[in-house]
Amino acid sequence: MSNVRKQKRANKGLPFFFKDEFKVSFVIIFVSAILLITTFTFDIVPPILNRGIQPATFPKALLVLIIVMTILIYYLATKNPWKVEKKLPRSFFLTLSSFVIFVVVSKTLDFFLAISALSIFVSYCWGEKRLFYLLLVGIIFPIIVFIFFETILGLRFPPGIITNIYYN
Amino acid sequence: MDNLLLMLAPLFSSKLLLVLFFGTLFGLILGVLPGLGPTTGGALILPFTMTLDPLSAIVLLTSIYCAGTYGGAITAVLINTPGTPAAAATCLDGYPLAQKGEAGRALGMATVSSTVGGIFSVIILVFFAPILAQLAYEFGQPEYFALAIFGLTMLASIGEGSPIKNLIAGAFGILISTVGKDFMTSIDRFTFGINELTEGIGFIPVVVGLFAMSEMLTQSTLINQIFNRIALKAIKLPTKDDYKKTWKTILRSSGIGSFIGVLPAEGGTVASLIGYSEAKRFSKNPEEFGKGSIEGIAGAEAANNAATGGAMVPTLALGIPGSATTAVILTGLIIHGVRPGPDLFREQPDFLYGIFGAMLIANILFFIFGFFGAKIFARITLVPNKILWPMIFAVSVCGTYSLNQSIIDVWIMLFFGVLGFFMRRYGFSVVPVIIGLILGELVEGTLRQSLVIFDGNWLMFFTRPIALTFFILSLIALAFPLIRSRKLKRNND
Repeated sequence: MSNVRKQKRANKGLPFFFKDEFKVSFVIIFVSAILLITTFTFDIVPPILNRGIQPATFPKALLVLIIVMTILIYYLATKNPWKVEKKLPRSFFLTLSSFVIFVVVSKTLDFFLAISALSIFVSYCWGEKRLFYLLLVGIIFPIIVFIFFETILGLRFPPGIITNIYYN
Repeated sequence: MDNLLLMLAPLFSSKLLLVLFFGTLFGLILGVLPGLGPTTGGALILPFTMTLDPLSAIVLLTSIYCAGTYGGAITAVLINTPGTPAAAATCLDGYPLAQKGEAGRALGMATVSSTVGGIFSVIILVFFAPILAQLAYEFGQPEYFALAIFGLTMLASIGEGSPIKNLIAGAFGILISTVGKDFMTSIDRFTFGINELTEGIGFIPVVVGLFAMSEMLTQSTLINQIFNRIALKAIKLPTKDDYKKTWKTILRSSGIGSFIGVLPAEGGTVASLIGYSEAKRFSKNPEEFGKGSIEGIAGAEAANNAATGGAMVPTLALGIPGSATTAVILTGLIIHGVRPGPDLFREQPDFLYGIFGAMLIANILFFIFGFFGAKIFARITLVPNKILWPMIFAVSVCGTYSLNQSIIDVWIMLFFGVLGFFMRRYGFSVVPVIIGLILGELVEGTLRQSLVIFDGNWLMFFTRPIALTFFILSLIALAFPLIRSRKLKRNND
C-alpha cells in the first residue's frame, strides 16, 4: 500500500507531459481527431437515396464520444494520478522488434522463414541457449505446423524462397 | 422428451464425441497454462474450426470453455497462479491448503464443485434460454438497439478496471466494426485505399491479436519471474465431512454464478469473487477463509463454472455475449453462418440442444480428467515460456492466415497484439473491444433502421416500453459502478 502511495507521489512530481495519463490521453485524442477529420472525406449520400443517417454520422458520434471520455479520464487522473508503470525490460523491445523482423522477412523472403526466424530469435532473447530447443521451436515445430495446415487443412501458403521449393 | 433426446445426440456421434474429448483436453491444458485460458484458447482454435461443420465447431469451442474455466483452478491450487482470471479467488484458499500438504483435497473439491456448478448452469441454460428467446420475438429493431446499448453499458462494470476506460475500449471496438463498406450505402469508410479493408476487419485477427499476441508481449516482460512450485501429492477425493460442510455453499454459488453469467458482459471472474465472498458470509468458520478453507474453494469454483452456462443464455438467445469467452463463441457462430437469436430456437433445435448436451458431457469429461489427469496437466506449467510462446506464435500466425489466406490479416493481428499490450498496461481491458466489435454492426444497423422506421424522430425510441426499459437499465448499469466505487471510497475513509 505504501509502495502505491510512493509511486503516486513520484508520479505527481513529474511534469504533466511526462505522465502516463497525459501521454495515453494525448495519443487517444490525437488518433481520434485524425480519424474524425477522415470522416469528413467520406462520400455523402444524396438525400433521395439516403435513408436515415449519413454513413459518416455514426463513426463521427463514436469518435466524439471517445474524445469526450478520454478528456474525462484525464481530468479524473489529475485528481487521482495513475500509478507509475515499471520500465519495460529489454526482452520486451526485442520481442517487439521480432514482430517487425517477421513482417519484413515474410514480405520479402518467405512466410515460414519469418516464423522460424522469429521463433529462434524470441526463444534466444528469452534465455534459451540450448541448440536442440532452439531447433525445436525454430525448425521442427514450424515444419509440423506447416504439414498440419498444408496437408490436413489443405491451406496454400504465400510464395517464398522455401515454400516455392516445396510447391515446385 | 424430444429435447432431451436431442441433448443426448452428441453421445451417439463418434465425431462429436471425439471433438468433445479433444476440446475438453485442450481446454484443460489451456486452463492450466497461466496467461492462456479458454478465451485465448478459443481465439487460437477459431481458425481451425472452419474445417468443421457448425455444430462440431461450436461443440469444440464450448467444451474448451467449460474445461478451461475449471483448468484454471489446477495451477491456482498448485502454484498460486490462476490459470484463468476466473480462478483468482481459488488461489486464496487453494494454495494455503496445498501448502499444508492437502493439494489433493483442494483439487478434489475444486473438481467436484466445478462439475456441480457447470451442470447446474447447463440446466439453467436449457430452461431459461428458450424463455428468453420467446421474449425476444417481441423485439423489433428499436428494441434490439436498446438491448445492444444495454449490453455495451454493462461493459462499465466488467472486471475491476475503470468504467470509463472500459467504455472507451467498447466504443473503439464499435469503431473497428465500421471499417469497410457501409452495409446500407456501400460507401467506403476508413479503408485508406487498401482494398483488403473494404470487407472490414475480421474478428479472428483482432481476437487472436488482443488475447494471444498481447499476452506474448506481456510474458516477455515477465521472463525473470519465478513461480514457487510445491510437491505434488496424489489426487484424492474430499472426505464425506467435506461434502457435508460444503454442499450448501456449492449450490448457493452455482445459483450465484448462473445468475451473474446471464448478465451481459459479466463473467466467471466476477461470479467467483461474489461466490467466494458469499461463501465466507454464510460460513460458520469465516476466520478459516484465506488460510485454506475448503468452503472458500467450493464457493469460488462452483460460481465460476456456473457462469459458463449462464453466459451462454444471452449469447444464444439474444446474440449478446455474456462473457469474454462467449464473445469468442459468438464469433464462431457468426463465421459459421449461424445467427444467434430467437429464430435459432425455432429453426435449429437439434443444433442448440446438441450444444447443451455437449456442455453437459464436457462437464462430466473434465470431472474424469480432473481426477485422473490433474497431476499430469500440472506438469505442463513446467514448459518454459521461452519454448512455449514461440510455438504459440507459429500456430497463431498460421491460424490467422488460414481464414482468408491473407497476409494483411496477420499484420492486423500483430498490430492488435501491440495495441492490446499497451491497453492492458494502462488499465484498459481488451474484452470490451471484442464485445464492441461484435455488437457494433448490431448497434449501427438497428439504430439506422429504427430511424428509418421512426422517420428520423429520435424521441420515438422512448415510446416503446421494452426499449425504454433497456434504456433505464442502461442508466442504472452506468451509475452502478460509480456508486459502488464511491461507497468503497467512503468505507476506506
